[in-house]
Amino acid sequence: MSTESVATTNGKTAATAKKQGKGAKVVGWADDRLGLATVAKKNIRKIFPDHWSFMLGEIALWSFVVLLITGVFLTFWFKPSMGEIQYMGSYEQLKGVHMSEAMASTLDISFDVRGGLLMRQMHHWAAMLFIAAMLVHMARVFLTGAFRKPREVNWLIGGLLILLGIVEGFAGYSLPDDLLSGTGLRIAQGMMQATPVVGTYMSFFLFGGEFPGEIIIPRLYMIHILLVPALILALIGAHMLLLVYHKHTQWPGPGRTEENVVGFPMLPVYAAKAGGFFFIVFGMTALMGALMTINPVWKYGPYNPSQVTAGSQPDWYMGIAEGMLRIMPGWETHLWGLTLSWNVFIPGLMMPVVLLGLVLAWPFLEAWVTGDRREHHLLQRPREAPSRTAFLVAMMTLYGLLWAAGGNDVLAVLFHLNLNHITYFMRIGVFVIPVIVFFFVRRWCISLQRHDNEMLTHGYESGVINRSPEGGYSERHLPLSPDHAYRLTAGDRVKAIEESDAADANGVRGKGNTRRAKLSQALYGHDVDAPTAEEIEDGRRHLEHDLDHDDHHSADGHQYDGRHEVEGESLRGH
Amino acid sequence: MTDHHDNLPAPVDEPIANPGLPAHEPRPTDVDKVAEKRAERQVATFFFLSMACAVLFVVAYYGISLTEESGDNTTFAGLGASHVALGVTLGLALMFIGIGIIQWARKLMADVEIAEMRHPVASSAADRVETLAALNDGLEESGIARRPLVRNSLLGAVGFVGIPLIVSFTDLGPVATPTVRRNTLEKTVWKEGTRVVRDVTGTPIKVEDLEIGDLMNCEPEGLVPVHSEEDEREGVEYLEGAELQSAKAKAALILLRMEPKDQTFSERSPENWSIHGIVAYSKICTHVGCPISLNEQQSHHLLCPCHQSTFDLADGGRVVFGPAARPLPQLPLTVEDGYLVAQSDFREPVGPSYWERDSK
Repeated sequence: MSTESVATTNGKTAATAKKQGKGAKVVGWADDRLGLATVAKKNIRKIFPDHWSFMLGEIALWSFVVLLITGVFLTFWFKPSMGEIQYMGSYEQLKGVHMSEAMASTLDISFDVRGGLLMRQMHHWAAMLFIAAMLVHMARVFLTGAFRKPREVNWLIGGLLILLGIVEGFAGYSLPDDLLSGTGLRIAQGMMQATPVVGTYMSFFLFGGEFPGEIIIPRLYMIHILLVPALILALIGAHMLLLVYHKHTQWPGPGRTEENVVGFPMLPVYAAKAGGFFFIVFGMTALMGALMTINPVWKYGPYNPSQVTAGSQPDWYMGIAEGMLRIMPGWETHLWGLTLSWNVFIPGLMMPVVLLGLVLAWPFLEAWVTGDRREHHLLQRPREAPSRTAFLVAMMTLYGLLWAAGGNDVLAVLFHLNLNHITYFMRIGVFVIPVIVFFFVRRWCISLQRHDNEMLTHGYESGVINRSPEGGYSERHLPLSPDHAYRLTAGDRVKAIEESDAADANGVRGKGNTRRAKLSQALYGHDVDAPTAEEIEDGRRHLEHDLDHDDHHSADGHQYDGRHEVEGESLRGH
Repeated sequence: MTDHHDNLPAPVDEPIANPGLPAHEPRPTDVDKVAEKRAERQVATFFFLSMACAVLFVVAYYGISLTEESGDNTTFAGLGASHVALGVTLGLALMFIGIGIIQWARKLMADVEIAEMRHPVASSAADRVETLAALNDGLEESGIARRPLVRNSLLGAVGFVGIPLIVSFTDLGPVATPTVRRNTLEKTVWKEGTRVVRDVTGTPIKVEDLEIGDLMNCEPEGLVPVHSEEDEREGVEYLEGAELQSAKAKAALILLRMEPKDQTFSERSPENWSIHGIVAYSKICTHVGCPISLNEQQSHHLLCPCHQSTFDLADGGRVVFGPAARPLPQLPLTVEDGYLVAQSDFREPVGPSYWERDSK
């Protein structure tokens, strides 16, 4: 589209001359000092493509802003101290009970500061939304192949943000020093202490001695309100800068190519939609904070290291680590007076990082296997990369299983099952079920590829049933609209490397190349290629031929539903 | 430098030619003045509703008090009345702004899709050459390659400066030397003659206080605050604050009385550590340190509610299920002046494992 037409379509509401003069003056003053016009001219009307799934990252971004706003409010009253005092606030049930200042000030925020409980609950809900939105956003990026070159660095930054988000969430969850958060902290300390070689040192340094000590809450407070948020903020900045520099990916479609980006300009449409969406997210968290109780610390009471409540659960995002801790067999090695706690070290510290690392490493594995070093700006549908989709769905299945394992006691009570049986089932299930899911989902994707090809070559099922003079029934197939057909063929499919192609430019068949070809065949060998132009043309001719032989009784189905007159109308798609 | 063509976007092998951007379909608000006016009024209505909610927020803030005169919390449908009113008005005030802006964008702002060309992410070849040349010039002029002595001594100095930075964090906590560990992780407040007391009331326990099958959560005396000085026993140190919490995190105890014939004795759990079928075990799980509390009366099994490790208290605290690797440490019990007391501290460190633990 030429700039001329842009000017005519978007310039209807140009500011009046007088206003322009004022605006130009302000811009002039600022640009004399900041010189931002060069950068701004390219970005004010920057194009952002539109799709509902691009909103997921936005939810994460805006919930982080809500976290900053509500968090600042909370810092005015919260006292990060483990000093023991007697609670004398207005919550009757705990009056006179000895507790830490952290717990007492949390109760004060909840019961004696107007809007305090609202802000606390908004903060907690926004934290859950933040992490959940990041995870779903990550799944979206993965399933559509948006992590491909040139966006690999941004993919890694995103992964780091998820890790930091979880650390931040856990630190915040531990601050009120109630019975539940104290138990969580105890488990974290036990896990840290089980780290080989340095565990005892790390735990003593972080806690200032033995658990719980009197310094962990002030330290976690600093980590929660300064260290981690600063890192998150910096990484979000980098994430957004790269997003702007790379320009957003888009779905293939008529007029949308690898070379362009089609959508609405930043000012006004995108700014309005994104800005408006901030208020929606903020408003939603306020309503959730108002109406849905979360983390009622007054019910748990202050932390006491010798007490615990049955059915205690961490916040949901810690669920998979909790699940692994629960189903891990009790393995420990004792050698030369030293103890190596596999039962804690593997599920608590190693596996969460390994699992996230695997997902983060996939793009690099994929690029290596396919030998694809090109830039990609068009998204793929999940079916267009069956092995990739199957891998993530298998990982999501594992996540779900571990999550269920983290609540095995709740499941046992809920479904009247034997807790030990659930645990035994999970011990095997986490290895077997994701593998089954992988192959199942890959097959599913491949049949969807076949289905697309069929639609392209044989048309879509119109729902019109014809009865032949002999009494047989058949369904009429109609050609797809050009736009639809284009959309189905535009996504590129990964091509497997043949083993015979594995030789490098000099004809040398290195071991690495052969291995790569083998892996490539295993991952992509089953995929179905999109039909060629000839095949599509062939199918189209065939369809038209069939229709021509249909007594020239042109039908697109609508003469049966009465939506419009058919007489004299040409077939859809002609 | 990599092949520059690699940085071009992937060519799409298209069996069907790109039909190009579809023509712009005008919306009702683009062509119908009435619809346009209506949309304008809708948007403004949302903004006015938001203002109304903001005003109501202020009314609720000053109008609804947190507590009634009786001192009870003012509630509405089980939630704090002020809390709900503030949250709903704030939430709606924000939502209405958001809905209004989005309605404005969808109905009134231009909805013509614009195509913008992408640029290769990589810089041009010329820029790369220039950058590399500049980098080379800079490095050349610094002489970093020609003067290994300067380079290496600088690297050394920067490395050494890291040491004070790391060392200055030492006072974060005690260094876990063997001596420190002996006085912390490997020791609890239990010692010879320490009375076992109930964890809430702090009263000492006689053998006949426990029926067969009874489970009691206990602490050593000194860890449960006593309410009057008369209750204080001479020679007992009463802990408070952080010291109390740290002591409790290791010394918490479970008492269980079972039929003596059900007990299995071993080297870890000799017969003379229990009294008339009463055994005392650490309450702190050997997995990651949760306090264990769920009792299966029939089987003398004790279950940790955190990760479901299960221990058999009739058989030396053996692990019968779950992720824990080590049995619960047992406290040797005896009777003094009719009350249950410890013969000594635990004979092994309680709680979760750690690297230097000699578990044998």
